[in-house]
Amino acid sequence: MGLDDIFTASVFASAIRLATPYIFAALGETFAQRSGVLNLGVDGIMLMGAFGGFYAVHLAQTAGVMAEPLGLLMGVLVALIVGGLMGLAMAFVSVTLKAKQGISGIGVYLFGLGLSELLFQQWVGTPKSVAGFPRISFPILTDIPILGEIFFHHNLLVYVAFALVPLSAFVLNRTTFGLMIRAVGQNPEAADAMGVSVARVRYATTTIGGMLAGLAGASLSIALINLFQQNLTAGQGFIAVALVYFGGWRPLAVAAGAMLFSFVNALQLQIKVIGADIPSEFAVMAPYVITIIALVFATKRQEQPTALTKPYERGE
Amino acid sequence: MKKALLLTLVIALFVGVMPSLAQDDVFRVAAVAPSATNDLAFSQSMHDALMAIQMQMGEDAFQFDFQDGTFIVDDAAVALREWAASGDYDLVIAHGSQFGSVVEELAAEFPEVSFAWGTDFNTFGMDNVSAYTAAADQGGFVNGVMAGLMTESGVIGVVGPIEVGDAKLYVDGFVAGVGASNPEATVNVVYIQSFSDVPQATEAAETHIANGADILTGTAQMVVGPIAIANENGARWFGTQASQAELAQGAGVAFQVYKWDVVLSEIVANIQAGDLGGQSYELTLANGGLVMEFDA
Repeated sequence: MGLDDIFTASVFASAIRLATPYIFAALGETFAQRSGVLNLGVDGIMLMGAFGGFYAVHLAQTAGVMAEPLGLLMGVLVALIVGGLMGLAMAFVSVTLKAKQGISGIGVYLFGLGLSELLFQQWVGTPKSVAGFPRISFPILTDIPILGEIFFHHNLLVYVAFALVPLSAFVLNRTTFGLMIRAVGQNPEAADAMGVSVARVRYATTTIGGMLAGLAGASLSIALINLFQQNLTAGQGFIAVALVYFGGWRPLAVAAGAMLFSFVNALQLQIKVIGADIPSEFAVMAPYVITIIALVFATKRQEQPTALTKPYERGE
Repeated sequence: MKKALLLTLVIALFVGVMPSLAQDDVFRVAAVAPSATNDLAFSQSMHDALMAIQMQMGEDAFQFDFQDGTFIVDDAAVALREWAASGDYDLVIAHGSQFGSVVEELAAEFPEVSFAWGTDFNTFGMDNVSAYTAAADQGGFVNGVMAGLMTESGVIGVVGPIEVGDAKLYVDGFVAGVGASNPEATVNVVYIQSFSDVPQATEAAETHIANGADILTGTAQMVVGPIAIANENGARWFGTQASQAELAQGAGVAFQVYKWDVVLSEIVANIQAGDLGGQSYELTLANGGLVMEFDA
């Protein structure tokens, strides 16, 4: 067994696939946290987005009421709406009601976990597959040896996730809206004094975060796995929250963290498949251990948004 | 005064006797299972078995409560304790090898309640505990023999959960079966260390395909992901625990189906005869507890 057997093109392609839901969810959480809202309910929102997207596609395909691309786009739309609504609920609880963000986030998670399971049991029953987003073959590009397999043979949502990384960085760092988000997360009193509505900005970012978390769930249920099952996300939303800290609240670094975590995960799967004699428990631990180690060093370099988790009360 | 006393006595007797009369008429079972009743795997196999027994005995003679999704042992323990303490059930089932220590504790605390648990052989030396398991290696071997004969690429992928219980038995039996029919074939085995992580199981299946596998198999409720991957990539799927033919569609070949009703019927009969437990039971191909279903 040589390095050629371990570092194959399929491992890199696998890492890109695995990173997709993390990138969606972590970018959304980055927006929320940069404005001062810690949403620990990401995983629950992902589950609701995954179910909503799956169910819309399932209905469209079984009833035959929509052509395939439209049905899939409907799935994406439903996931965005469901995620946005849950983000809005989180914003209401944490911004308007000023509840403890950690506790309310856990509440949102448990709500999403339970409701997605209940709706699945009632409306679908047993696991069923749908025809999800197909892998795209680009003329010439897909046929390039090694690079074609790594970069040019994924489904649409994978490309959308990676396209959102520079877009998010641009919005946060180069637009007025981004400046307002950063100001509200860093110094809400000053932002308020300058006429920025802290509540409005936080509502917007938490809703955007919810929408992207919903899309993260849909990337599993209608693009990568193409079915829904109870607790489909298996805790990926919590990893996404950790990746925001890992990336120091910067979209490019958050995506890099998602890629690192996913690459190590893909690598350990490849090592096990080709029969390396290492205990599978250690291999499964590897992505988490490496991410934690990197997190320790990463967070030393970065200051978190000063107002993170703190409800804003004018005049306090 | 005497009449009032007599009336009170009659009412007290009536109230006292009624519950036990109800228990005599209806055999009541309560069960916990770690995943959903429609998981196409472990929990569904037990739910199907209880439904089958209810069909056999009739709803007026056999009733059951089923608490699914109790993967967390502490959650299951709460339900099991409540059921045992209520005295309303003739049999309390803990369906999952992770529930052993809870059953051991509760069985000692409630010696008049009959418990069953699996998959395991251990009754803890208690007269009110039945243990059940499945010789999953038998159907695994059958599946492996067929897979070995069918593979064209000579590479077969296995997605396992954790190396314990019937999951390990199935995987070991499958590998032995491939070896018996096609010693040249390579069987790559990955244990993902989770019974329920569908995304991880899905990517493990993708990795198998990328490494040349044209046949996949796996066990536990997370196999829905690998089944979808087999379907997508034109690979064939061999299943266990329950029939996954509907989800596998064209990819499915053979499924080892658990018929827990074979051992449950025996346990119920023994309890009705006054024997609360103390025995171990096993599903095998020979006793009809394991059945091969085909979807070729």
